[in-house]
Amino acid sequence: MQPEMQSSELNVSVLLSVGAHPKTARSRRADQDAKALELALSLPKARVAAIHAGDAGDEALRQYLGMGLPALQVLPQPKEADVVPVLVDYLRQHPATLVLTGGKAEQGESSGMLPYLLAQELGWPVVPRVAAVESVGNGKAAVLQALPRGQRRALTVSLPCVLCIDEAAPAPRQSAFALGQRGKIEVLSAAVTTDSERADWTVQPARKRPKRLKVVKAKTAADRFKAATAKASGDGGQVIVPKTVEEGAEAILKMLKEEGVLR
Amino acid sequence: MITSLLSVLIFIALALAVIGAVRRARLWRQGQANPVDIIGGLLKMPRRYLVDLHHVVARDKAMSNTHVATAGGFVASAVLIVLVHLFELDSRILAWALLLTTATMFTGAIFVYRRRIDPPSRLSKGPWMRLPKSLLVFAASFFVLTLPAAGILPEGAGGWLLAVVLTAGIVWGMGEMFFGMTWGGPMKHAFAGALHLAFHRRAERFEDGVGRSTGLKAIDLTAAKLGVEKPADFKWNQLLGFDACVQCGRCEAACPAFAAGQPLNPKKLIQDMVVGLAGGTDVNYAGSPYPGKPIGEHGGNAHSPIVKGLVDAETLWSCTTCRACVEECPMMIEHVDAIVDMRRFLTLEKGATPNKGPEVLENLIATDNPGGFEPGSRMHWAADLSIPVLADVKQTEVLFWVGDGGFDMRNQRTLRSFVKLLKAAKVQFAVLAHEERDSGDVARRLGDEATFQQLAKRNIKTLSQYGFKRIVTCDPHSFHVLKNEYGELGGHYEVLHHTTYLNELVQSGALQVSKHQGGSVTYHDPCYLGRYNGEYEAPRELLRSLGIEVKEMERSGFRSRCCGGGGGAPITDIPGKQRIPDMRMDDARATGAEIVAVGCPQCTAMLEGVVEPRPEIKDIAELLVAALVEVDEPAGQKSTGQKAAVQTAEPVKMAAASKAAAAKTGEPA
Ligand code: SF4
Ligand code: SF4
Repeated sequence: MQPEMQSSELNVSVLLSVGAHPKTARSRRADQDAKALELALSLPKARVAAIHAGDAGDEALRQYLGMGLPALQVLPQPKEADVVPVLVDYLRQHPATLVLTGGKAEQGESSGMLPYLLAQELGWPVVPRVAAVESVGNGKAAVLQALPRGQRRALTVSLPCVLCIDEAAPAPRQSAFALGQRGKIEVLSAAVTTDSERADWTVQPARKRPKRLKVVKAKTAADRFKAATAKASGDGGQVIVPKTVEEGAEAILKMLKEEGVLR
Repeated sequence: MITSLLSVLIFIALALAVIGAVRRARLWRQGQANPVDIIGGLLKMPRRYLVDLHHVVARDKAMSNTHVATAGGFVASAVLIVLVHLFELDSRILAWALLLTTATMFTGAIFVYRRRIDPPSRLSKGPWMRLPKSLLVFAASFFVLTLPAAGILPEGAGGWLLAVVLTAGIVWGMGEMFFGMTWGGPMKHAFAGALHLAFHRRAERFEDGVGRSTGLKAIDLTAAKLGVEKPADFKWNQLLGFDACVQCGRCEAACPAFAAGQPLNPKKLIQDMVVGLAGGTDVNYAGSPYPGKPIGEHGGNAHSPIVKGLVDAETLWSCTTCRACVEECPMMIEHVDAIVDMRRFLTLEKGATPNKGPEVLENLIATDNPGGFEPGSRMHWAADLSIPVLADVKQTEVLFWVGDGGFDMRNQRTLRSFVKLLKAAKVQFAVLAHEERDSGDVARRLGDEATFQQLAKRNIKTLSQYGFKRIVTCDPHSFHVLKNEYGELGGHYEVLHHTTYLNELVQSGALQVSKHQGGSVTYHDPCYLGRYNGEYEAPRELLRSLGIEVKEMERSGFRSRCCGGGGGAPITDIPGKQRIPDMRMDDARATGAEIVAVGCPQCTAMLEGVVEPRPEIKDIAELLVAALVEVDEPAGQKSTGQKAAVQTAEPVKMAAASKAAAAKTGEPA
C-alpha cells in the first residue's frame, strides 16, 4: 500500500541518535531510529533531513549514511548537554511537516521523553509507537500505532507532528559500507545548554530487573508449545474505564499495594 | 593457379586474424589495469600449457589424447602451411612434415567428431557442433593441397573441379581456424586461452600442476567504487580469462548449485561475462541455462551494470564458493574470484545482501560472531576444562583457534573431543578465549570486504601480542583464512587443520589409539580443506590408523561435492529444486557406510540437517576420542608412562603390519 500524497513535497526530519548493541554496548545505528529513517526514506516524495545532536565523530553515524542518505547534519553537543533546546531551535529554523524519532535512546538517559518535550516546545501533537505512516496530506497524517501482540490502531493526526517510531515498524534496509564512507557529515554550529538537573544525578550501572519465573508444568510437547505461545493470561485483572483521573489513580494504587510493590 | 590463389587466401586469412586479434585485445583492455610480466609470461606459457593445463585435461584421458592430436597437429600445420604455401619454400621434407601434421590433426578431429555425435548435456551446441567438421575440412584440404609439393601427385592433378573443392575447403577451414580464432568463433579459446595462461592473475597456480593460490584478493576500501558493477570493472586479465572458456561444461557438471537446481551455472556465468565484454545478448548461447531462467532475456555491454542486465543477483548468491568449477576448468578460469567481486559491489555499494545476510553482517560488526552471541560466552563450552588462556600464559606451543563453532552446541562436542586429544597427547596449548573473533570468512564471501578486513586486522593485532609456534583449528574456513588470506594484511602464521595436527601426533606416537569400534565409515572432504588447501591425505591416514578402511564416495578427494555450507550459501539461501546437503547425503548413502566422518563444523551442521534415516555424522576428532588409549600416568613417572603408551599401541601396529605382510604373501590373514 503506497501512502497517497497530496502535497508535492514533504519535509521530513529524522532525529538520529547513536545506539548501543545490547550484547556488547558497541555503538551502532539505534534500532528504532534506523526504522524511523527507513520509514522516512520510503515515504514517496519526501525530502528527508537527518539530524544528530551529539558527537560528529562517531563512526556509527556512517551506518545511517550507508542507508542511502547523501548527508547528515550534526549539531555538536557534549554528552552532558540537554539536546532539546538545540533541536527545537533547529526545527524552528528548518520547518518540517513530520519529525520522526525513535521511541527512546539506547544509551544515556533513555527516558523516551525527548519527543514529548520537543512537541511541547513546538506546540505540536506527538504520536508514540508508530508502526506505519499510511498517508500524509491535507494537513493530516494517517498513521498506524502498534499495540501489543501485533494489533494496530489507526489514528489521524494534524500536521505538523512528531511521530515516535516503534520497534514494530518495518526493518531498516541494509547499510552499505561504501555509501556510509562517502556520505557527508555536515557539522552545524549549535548552542550548548547544559542539563542542570542531570548535573546533580549520580549515575550507576543498571541492575538487571528480577523477572518472575514462569513455571510451566506441562507434561507433553503440545502443552509446552501452548504454554509458550499462549497470551499472557490476565487472571485476576480487570478492565477499568475510569470516569475521573483520580478514580484511575486509585485503581492503580490499589493494585500496586495488592502486589506488594507499595507498602 | 591454385597455388597463387592459395597464398593470397592464406595471407588474407592471417591478416584478418591479426586485425581480429587487435580488436579482441582492445575488448580485454576495457578492464582495469593489472600489471603482468608480459615477456616472462609469454615465455612460461608453453610450459603452463603443457604441464598445468594438461594436468587438468588429462583427467579425461580420451579427451586429452584427442586434444593433443588435434591441437598439436593444428599448431604444427599452421606453421608449416605458412612456410610451404605462403612462403612457398621448396622443400620435400617440409611438405612431408605438413602431410604428417595434417594427418594427425585429421585423426584427432575424427575423435572430436565422434564425441559430438551424442554430446553430453554439459557441452555447448551451436557453433561448437560445426567445429569438428571445420577441423576435418581444414586438415583434409591442406593434406590434399600439399600432396603435389610432397611429390606424390603431379601439379594440377584433379583438374579444376578438385581445385574448386579445395578452394572452398580452405576458405571454410581457414575461416574457422584463423579468422574465427580472433573474431569470436569456437577457436577463440586457443588464442585467448594461450594469452590467459601467459597473463593469469594467479601465476602462483602454475607450479607443475601442484601450485595453489586460493585466497581471495583484498581490495582498496577507499577506491571510488568497491567491487565489480560492470564488466569493465574486472581486471583486464580477468576479462581475458572469461574469453578463454571452451564451453566444455566441466564446471557445470561439478557445480553443486547447478545440480540442486539453483539458478547458477558457472559455464553460463562465464559466457555471460563474455557477452558483457563484447556487448550483446545471450540468445546465441547454446548450452544449459541457469536452472529456471530461460535463455535470451539477458544482455548488456562492458559499461552497463551486470546485475539485472547480464545476470540476476540470485545467480551470484547461489554459489557456495566450493571451487569445484575452478578445480575442473581446463582453462584455469577463476569463477569464484569473479563471483565474489560482483558480490562485493552488491553488498558494499548497494546494501543488497539477500535474506539473513544483513543480519549476519551486522552481528559480525557488533559482536564479532555471526550469531550475535555475547562475545564473553565464547568459551562457555569449556567451562570445566581449565584450558590455559593466552592472555594469562602469553606463550604456548599450539594456539588452538576455536572458531565460531564454540557457540554451537553440536560443534562443542567436537571441540571437547579435540581438547581431550590434545591433553592426552600432552600438548602445550592455549586459546584466545574472548579475545578471539570470527576469522572473517563468511563476511568476505558475502562480499563484505570491509568487515572482513576489520575482523582480520583486529585478530592479527591480538595474535601479535602472544608467542606461539603454530595455530591449530577444527574449522577449515578459519584455517584457510588465517593461512591464506591474512598474509596480505600482515598476518603470517603456520596454521594446521586439526586432522593434519592429530595425524602428526598419532604418527609420532604421541597419541595412542586403538581400533575403531563403530560401523563402516566414509569420509567427506571439506572444500576449504581439500580443494582450497590440498589436504586430502591426513584425514584419511588418521582414519586408517583407527583401522578404518574408508568407503570412498563417488565424488571424493579433489572431486568432493560441497555440503552446501560454504560461501554464506545457507545465509543467502537461494531456493532450488533440492538441497545440496541432501544430494551429498545420497552420495554417502550410496557407499553403504554407517558413519560419515567429517572435519568441519559447517559440514557437520549441513549433513546433520538431513532428515533421518541417514548415516551418523562424526568429526574425526570424535572418532579418535572414542578409540583413545588413555595412559594413566602417575606424577613424576613420565618416562614409564610413555613406555606403557608405546606398549598399548603395539597391538594395532602389529595388526596392521601382519595384515600388510599377509597381503604381500597372498596368505589369508
Ligand atoms: S569455464 Fe572452464 S570448465 Fe567451465 S565451460 Fe568454460 S572452460 Fe569449461
Ligand atoms: S564455486 Fe562451487 S557453487 Fe560456486 S559456481 Fe563453482 S562449482 Fe558452483
